[in-house]
Amino acid sequence: MIHAENLTKYYQGLCAVDQINFQVAKGEVLGFLGPNGAGKTTTLRMLTGFIKPSSGTIRVRDLDIREQSLEVRKLLGYLPESAPLYHDMLVYDYLDYVARVRRLEPASVLPRLRRLADLCGLGEIMHKPIGELSKGYKQRVGLAHAMMSDPEILVLDEPTSGLDPNQIAEIRDIIREIGRQKTVILSTHILSEVEATCDRMLIIHRGRIVADGDARTLRRSLGGEVVIRLVLGNLDPQALGTRFTALDGVLRQEILAGDGDGTVCVQLTCRPDLDLRAEIYRRIKETDWMLLELHRESQSLEHIFRELTQEN
Amino acid sequence: MGPLTQVFKREFKSYFVSPIAYIVIAIFLLVAGWFFFSPFFLYNQASLRNFFTLLPMTFAFVVPAVTMRLLAEERNLGSHEILLTLPLTDKSVVIGKFLAALALVAVMLVPTLVYAATVALLGELDWGPVLGGYLGALLLASAFTALGLMASAMTRNQIIAFITAAAICFALTLLDRMLLFLPGGLISLLGFLGVESHFQNIARGVLDSRDVLYFGSVTFVGLYGAVLGIAER
Repeated sequence: MIHAENLTKYYQGLCAVDQINFQVAKGEVLGFLGPNGAGKTTTLRMLTGFIKPSSGTIRVRDLDIREQSLEVRKLLGYLPESAPLYHDMLVYDYLDYVARVRRLEPASVLPRLRRLADLCGLGEIMHKPIGELSKGYKQRVGLAHAMMSDPEILVLDEPTSGLDPNQIAEIRDIIREIGRQKTVILSTHILSEVEATCDRMLIIHRGRIVADGDARTLRRSLGGEVVIRLVLGNLDPQALGTRFTALDGVLRQEILAGDGDGTVCVQLTCRPDLDLRAEIYRRIKETDWMLLELHRESQSLEHIFRELTQEN
Repeated sequence: MGPLTQVFKREFKSYFVSPIAYIVIAIFLLVAGWFFFSPFFLYNQASLRNFFTLLPMTFAFVVPAVTMRLLAEERNLGSHEILLTLPLTDKSVVIGKFLAALALVAVMLVPTLVYAATVALLGELDWGPVLGGYLGALLLASAFTALGLMASAMTRNQIIAFITAAAICFALTLLDRMLLFLPGGLISLLGFLGVESHFQNIARGVLDSRDVLYFGSVTFVGLYGAVLGIAER
């Protein structure tokens, strides 16, 4: 669907994006991940034709972004960071305006607005000025704007930044809903967001792609460790012995302070490519210990992210 | 209706959502009305000559106030990122906004028709120069609007856009009166660049292709500059 080759952008001698290559397949939900200033926004802006690459090419379907910019823009819906919409317009007027600029059939404008208001939950605010909306609502209006012409590709720049947890969940639901049929490209610096919404992620740092793949592949290929946390009852910490450490794949065992009521918290650091939860449970079943909690933490991805994007 | 019409409609409406349009129109009418009517009875002539003589000077300040926000505000809010990624060309953005501002200036001129009606009641009014004057006013407005739009495209600060545009328009207006101080070789060239003489020709009711060409060229240069300005992101 999208092919970017040797994409480079200089800002007054400063290299913001440095020779990156990537492809996006139809129907994929792709997350651009990276620290602030890594070049995510610049890349998305080149993709949407807002700025021109210093060198390199982008092809959407078989259209070149330089030669057929208008055609490409018709296929794209774009929501820039923090949804810069016209503050003095009513939500309805704004969406109506976008529909007409995008040349929707006059007869289909109203049904389309109804459909989008439904999908994005805009029913109650349709006749409010955009400037008076909360950030979450503004973001939803922005999403509705981007989806106006039912585009094949949606580009969303930090769609959840600055929202409260409830709003984030709502926006994610909408994105997941759209992602079923459309190609979605979003950028974020929040890891859990990519894990929650994306099929694939590109980690970008200082203008270069440092990792590309889905969460599981990245974990496997880039090492990293998985932590399994257990809370056990009815045992003496001394009795643990090598019951867990003898398992293939367990790298370290740490005993964290029990609560003093006979429970023990054990933290096992494991290799990422094996799922040891079943095996651990079996080991516990052999004893008369009580399993109160078993939890696998996916923090390892965060670890990978920090490793890849730390300065130096 | 094409996207250009939509840009025009949105922009024109938004003038009237905020108080800008009303303030600018009120100030224009106040200034123009005062300078026209206060010496009117001294001259004791049934003509709008005085009104049109002062018009370039008034427009040099009023039109930049109309155009200053057009592109600078978009750049400042970031909304130009949306506007320029919608499927419409930079050219239609610029022309749509240009026409919206020009339409506002035209609306601003409508109440001054009352002056013409009043004068016609008081004496024999020659309608030729009046028609010429309004035509000239529109041509002048289109030149200044284009220049103002260009200034607005270059910056994200509306005040800077206003001052730049007003300075350019003011310089063009004064140029004719400054010719005295210039060396001989430059006079004919700079004499053509001045707004005043071209405008007064038309306002006298003499429609010369050179004058129309002049306003057309200035408008074109301004719009072209604005297109270049928004291409720089």
